[in-house]
Amino acid sequence: MTFTFFFQNVVNALQWGSFYALIALGYAMVYSILMLFNFAHGDIFMVGSYIGFGVATGLLYLVTSGFIPLPHWLVLVLTIVISMFLTSFVGVIVERIGYRPLRNAPRASAAITGLMIGIILETGNLALLGARRLNFPSLIMSRTYEIGGVFVTNKKILVVLVSIGLMLALDQFVRKTKWGMAMRAMSYDFVVVPLMGVSIDVIAPLTFAIGSGLAAAGGVLYGIAYPILDPYMGILIGWKAFVAAILGGRGSIMGAALAGFLLGFIEIFVAMIFPSTLRDLIAFSIVLAILTFRPYGFFGKPYSAKLRL
Amino acid sequence: MLLEVKNLRVSYGNIKALHGIDFQVDEGEIVCIIGANGAGKSTTLRAISRMVEVEEGTQMTFMGKDMLKYKPEKVVSELGISHVPEGRRLFGNLTVMENLKLATFARKDKEKIKKDMERMFSIFPRLEERKNQEAGTLSGGEQQMLAVARAYMSAQRVMLLDEPSMGLAPKLMLSMFDSLAEISREGTTILLVEQNARLALKFAQRGYVLETGNLVIEGKSEDLLNDPEVKKAYLGG
Ligand SMILES: Nc1ncnc2c1ncn2[C@@H]1O[C@H](COP(=O)(O)OP(=O)(O)OP(=O)(O)O)[C@@H](O)[C@H]1O
Ligand SMILES: [Mg+2]
Repeated sequence: MTFTFFFQNVVNALQWGSFYALIALGYAMVYSILMLFNFAHGDIFMVGSYIGFGVATGLLYLVTSGFIPLPHWLVLVLTIVISMFLTSFVGVIVERIGYRPLRNAPRASAAITGLMIGIILETGNLALLGARRLNFPSLIMSRTYEIGGVFVTNKKILVVLVSIGLMLALDQFVRKTKWGMAMRAMSYDFVVVPLMGVSIDVIAPLTFAIGSGLAAAGGVLYGIAYPILDPYMGILIGWKAFVAAILGGRGSIMGAALAGFLLGFIEIFVAMIFPSTLRDLIAFSIVLAILTFRPYGFFGKPYSAKLRL
Repeated sequence: MLLEVKNLRVSYGNIKALHGIDFQVDEGEIVCIIGANGAGKSTTLRAISRMVEVEEGTQMTFMGKDMLKYKPEKVVSELGISHVPEGRRLFGNLTVMENLKLATFARKDKEKIKKDMERMFSIFPRLEERKNQEAGTLSGGEQQMLAVARAYMSAQRVMLLDEPSMGLAPKLMLSMFDSLAEISREGTTILLVEQNARLALKFAQRGYVLETGNLVIEGKSEDLLNDPEVKKAYLGG
């Protein structure tokens, strides 16, 4: 294995891991405050990608028809921002209709509801747009740079930088703002949070909104990197991001992001060595082996949540 | 009457915890509810905070308002009733300062918040020394101070205190009650539940005795301290 080959794969793994990380954040955030996994989250990524498709198409139409002369980079930025914003409402609705009524129900009910919402989003998409696959409009001209024999495209740089930027922003939000503080408090003991004058009905939708917005950013970036969209595109990637969230440590937000990147690395490097048909099998065996030694993931703590006052 | 509770009934599934109790708290008072393990003391406070559902027929009014219309967070932010829960329940992953700030989440009165914070740091100087430390690493006594200070920061018209003496050495216990007396002198009404009946009755002006979900005796603290039944059951003869 040559050095350049190795670094080529590092670059690929960083991009691949970015998608997992962006999606895993939403799983981890919701889990950390409500102790439930939102199994519709992979499909929210899909919805985000489709919303991105719509926004990008609309903006490009406005530009090419001469209504608003926007520079290309601005179309890109606006597509990401508007898609994140719109998809966050999908998250809010999912929380409101799907999960809020089940807040005190057994966790299995919430899991089934999540799967159901996922199916609704998939079939809703099918009903609305039909079975044909969509081509994500090209928002940036592909350009390839060669650095010491390693080929890096501007799209990969974009994916990785935007993802890392969003993660750092989220980290600051969770650490510095009062809403972030409330989220951290909820992750420790959500029962007492109302006694602080904080409404869980504010923090929960906010958390879903942020998680969904990040998934939408992932969806748009995914569309830019792999411009074919289909209604089931969120399922497998969603499950893998879920695994990353577990690997990071249930409820550990930044742990989930790091584990997302790690999973990207594992997959890419497994595919580098073994036949790619075995990729998922071997990658997941590695994940299982890690979890055998660290059952709470990398940053998770074995704690028993207090369920009542 | 500031707080008026009539026929308060609470059940946990099939277990009846409160069988319809009546009590009142007036503005500026210190009132205590004493009783043995499992009598329903904590449940009473949870009911006022709206943290447990009450049963049909229960009436609770606060300054003439029907409390049953309020959600837990509104009891704090709109009615001004704070609650130091059983077992303190601090956010161990947040610093002392963050615990206090979080309690002001719904408050808009910036100037007053600053004043209140200074007030708490002057009553509990230890908290200021430890303000950047995670709450989970505080000693038991410091945690109790933080629990009281945090509740005060959230609302201060009325404070509900669930066993503030629990787990404190006798000396710390006394200084904790001195601090509470100071808070009370500044106009906060206090409703306290305690297993340590002697301490509670010395601190409070009035008291109620709760026995397996029923209020059996009520009166002025000095009368209760001299009541033969109370003496026998709660004050060690
Ligand atoms: N969440 C709950 N589920 C079921 N039963 C409960 C619950 N909380 C309290 N109980 C029961 O309700 C009764 C009253 O409990 P409560 O906690 O109010 O007592 P307490 O007077 O505060 O006791 P202690 O002095 O031990 O704190 C007890 O019989 C208790 O077992
Ligand atoms: Mg109790």
